[in-house]
Amino acid sequence: MNENKETISTDGVGMIQMDHVGKWYGDFQVLINCSTSVDKGEVVVVCGPSGSGKSTLIKVVNGLEPFQEGSITFDGISVGDRTTDLPKLRSKIGMVFQNFELFPHLSIIENIKLAQLKVLGREDEEARNRSMELLERVGLTDQRDKYPAQLSGGQQQRVAIARGLAMDPNAMLFDEPTSALDPEMINEVLDVMSSLAKDGMTMMVVTHEMGFAKRVADRVIFMDEGRIEEDCTKDEFFGGERGARAQEFLSKILTH
Amino acid sequence: MESGFDFHIVFHSIPFLAKGMWLTLVLTFLGICGGLVFGTLLALCRLGKYRVLAFVAGSYVNFFRSMPLILVIFWFYFLIPLVVGAEVGAFQSVLIAFIMFEAAYYCEIMRAGIQSVKLGQVHAGEALGLTYKQNMQFVVLPQAFRNMIPILISQAIVLFQDTALVYVVGLSDFLYSAEIIANSENRLMEMYITVAIVYFVICLYAQIKVNNLQKRFSHE
Amino acid sequence: MKRILRIGIGLVILLVLTGCAGDFRYNWQWEILTCTSEDIEAGCIGPYLHWIIQGLGWTIAVASAAWVIAFSLGSIIGILRTLTEPILWVVPGIKSPVYFRLGPIGTTKGQILIDLGWFLHGFANLYVTIFRNVPLLVQLFLWYFVFPEIVSDEVGMWLKRGMPLPEFWTAVVCLGLYTASRVAEQVRAGINSISKGQTYAAMAIGLRPAQVYRYVLLPVAFRIIIPPLTSDFLGVFKNSSLALTIGVLELTAMTRQIEEYSYAGFEAFTAATVLYITVTAIVMWGMGIVERRARIPGMISLEAK
Repeated sequence: MNENKETISTDGVGMIQMDHVGKWYGDFQVLINCSTSVDKGEVVVVCGPSGSGKSTLIKVVNGLEPFQEGSITFDGISVGDRTTDLPKLRSKIGMVFQNFELFPHLSIIENIKLAQLKVLGREDEEARNRSMELLERVGLTDQRDKYPAQLSGGQQQRVAIARGLAMDPNAMLFDEPTSALDPEMINEVLDVMSSLAKDGMTMMVVTHEMGFAKRVADRVIFMDEGRIEEDCTKDEFFGGERGARAQEFLSKILTH
Repeated sequence: MESGFDFHIVFHSIPFLAKGMWLTLVLTFLGICGGLVFGTLLALCRLGKYRVLAFVAGSYVNFFRSMPLILVIFWFYFLIPLVVGAEVGAFQSVLIAFIMFEAAYYCEIMRAGIQSVKLGQVHAGEALGLTYKQNMQFVVLPQAFRNMIPILISQAIVLFQDTALVYVVGLSDFLYSAEIIANSENRLMEMYITVAIVYFVICLYAQIKVNNLQKRFSHE
Repeated sequence: MKRILRIGIGLVILLVLTGCAGDFRYNWQWEILTCTSEDIEAGCIGPYLHWIIQGLGWTIAVASAAWVIAFSLGSIIGILRTLTEPILWVVPGIKSPVYFRLGPIGTTKGQILIDLGWFLHGFANLYVTIFRNVPLLVQLFLWYFVFPEIVSDEVGMWLKRGMPLPEFWTAVVCLGLYTASRVAEQVRAGINSISKGQTYAAMAIGLRPAQVYRYVLLPVAFRIIIPPLTSDFLGVFKNSSLALTIGVLELTAMTRQIEEYSYAGFEAFTAATVLYITVTAIVMWGMGIVERRARIPGMISLEAK
């Protein structure tokens, strides 16, 4: 019924393409006319005060939250279309959550294997090997048989990143990945994310960590009250004159 | 089906059924009051400082929660006349059975309610110089009741349904009255269906009210 | 152990109180319980212990069979009650030129889609509402007296004459369906208590809704609801006593019978009480083991943060 279209990388159409997206919770409009795009290999940081809709913005990209207006395509496939095979689409996008959301009843390695076995249909041996590779990448091979509740926050989040990578995704979404972490664990997670960016992963990151943005991001999006107020390169954002709200936000954040 | 449904008999027997329903409602009401009062007392004993009282109250609650209500009704139906030494009406024995049974369940609800009041509140009351009794009366119990009102009402609905069990000792509540008519007029189906519908409507109405209450409380 | 001790002491206190209160004109005749058939000539009337054991057997049989129905059906209905995502099914062959949207039915690109989830969810809601708002005893009477009449004649005849143990099976079905509604509520509460983030994470890695339930939500939900399920399981044992009204000779019925035959009611009731308490204690002990085996390493509480 649904033909997943081939990747059509035409000029002007990014891997993640968002056009005039609007979303309401009841009567309250939480996303207002949002348009942006993320190209292959780009790292885009989304920032803004709380309530600005940045978490919601990232959740509509892979269809976790529905939206009422506009269109979103990922790799040419429409996210909002009712006939799109969303689970299949989501298997190509990895996502990391603020509260880690590891599955508590599965061991670490089982957490990473789950989607490989049940969605991609890989063999157990292959899934296990791939999982061990990823655990090595995030530096947690010796925790493989432990359970999430036995790990620290920083460790859990690194496992969550490995879980997202297990599907060999085309892009990764991060929803405030370090906001729930104790300060001393933030860097271990940011380091993993930086190395991902260096390897050319397409990333969209909602975060307050401006240091990370300055070092790693290609572009920065600033959201306020449901709208995208600023959408420019990193240098433009941190260097030049921005709008009043963005300036205010930056001044508050950067004095931290 | 021998002869089709004939609900005329229901309309004819409304006065008799109403008497039965009256008994059901009286039993429910008295059961709730008695159960609540006694249950709260039990809860206070269980949570209080005296170990003996807590133990006795705990044994009582565990005991009555292990038994089917029918057995408890039988116990009191036969026990009370012997203890008192004279004939006691079925209604009185059943009422006592109900109160003692439901008190165990209300105790657990009240206990959960009292424990749901934050410890900080208790400390605040103590710091002001209130005695244990005053603390309970003015600080803890009012808050506990408010938290537990939806569950208390749900238990009341359960009690209302449980009153149907007095059938086993032949007390003329709503169900038994309906059965008397059913047997005398040979119209079992119509009567039982009517009984089911009446209970359903009353319980559904009460449940909707409880749901609304819960929504209101969760918004505050 | 401590709990059994408590209950036992409670029972003893109760008995002592009844012994002390008032003019207690009752002669305890404990020997009556252990009468066997051989003693009948010696003045003992009837094999009472044997009856009690039989009654206990029927209680356990009714309760176990009803629980099997209750748990399986109740879990399904509880899951159905948590469905929020639409489950779309395309009506084959029919094309609609007009765009419309009416409740669960709508059109997209000319095809008619029906949201099956709406029907399933509605059915589950209806089921729970009906079975929770009619007293169990009334439900039992409906099944026993009314149901055989309103089905077709052959089925009705079979229910009344041909089916083996009609009272037993009626009680089992009635109790099973009623308890299923309680189990459904527990399952629903368990699933709803899991934070939404878990569902998001499961969907984000590409799991389909059925897989989300199977691999992420249900394993955790069922662990959460072990305590309330235990109390529903005990409830099944207690509610099995209602079957006496339609003639199932379970434990309470037997004690009543002994009481009528021999005026040794107290002994019989005490035996039944002790047995119910014992069954309760065994069930709680068993479920305690289940809970410990199912525990997730490192977790104290599974509630949503």
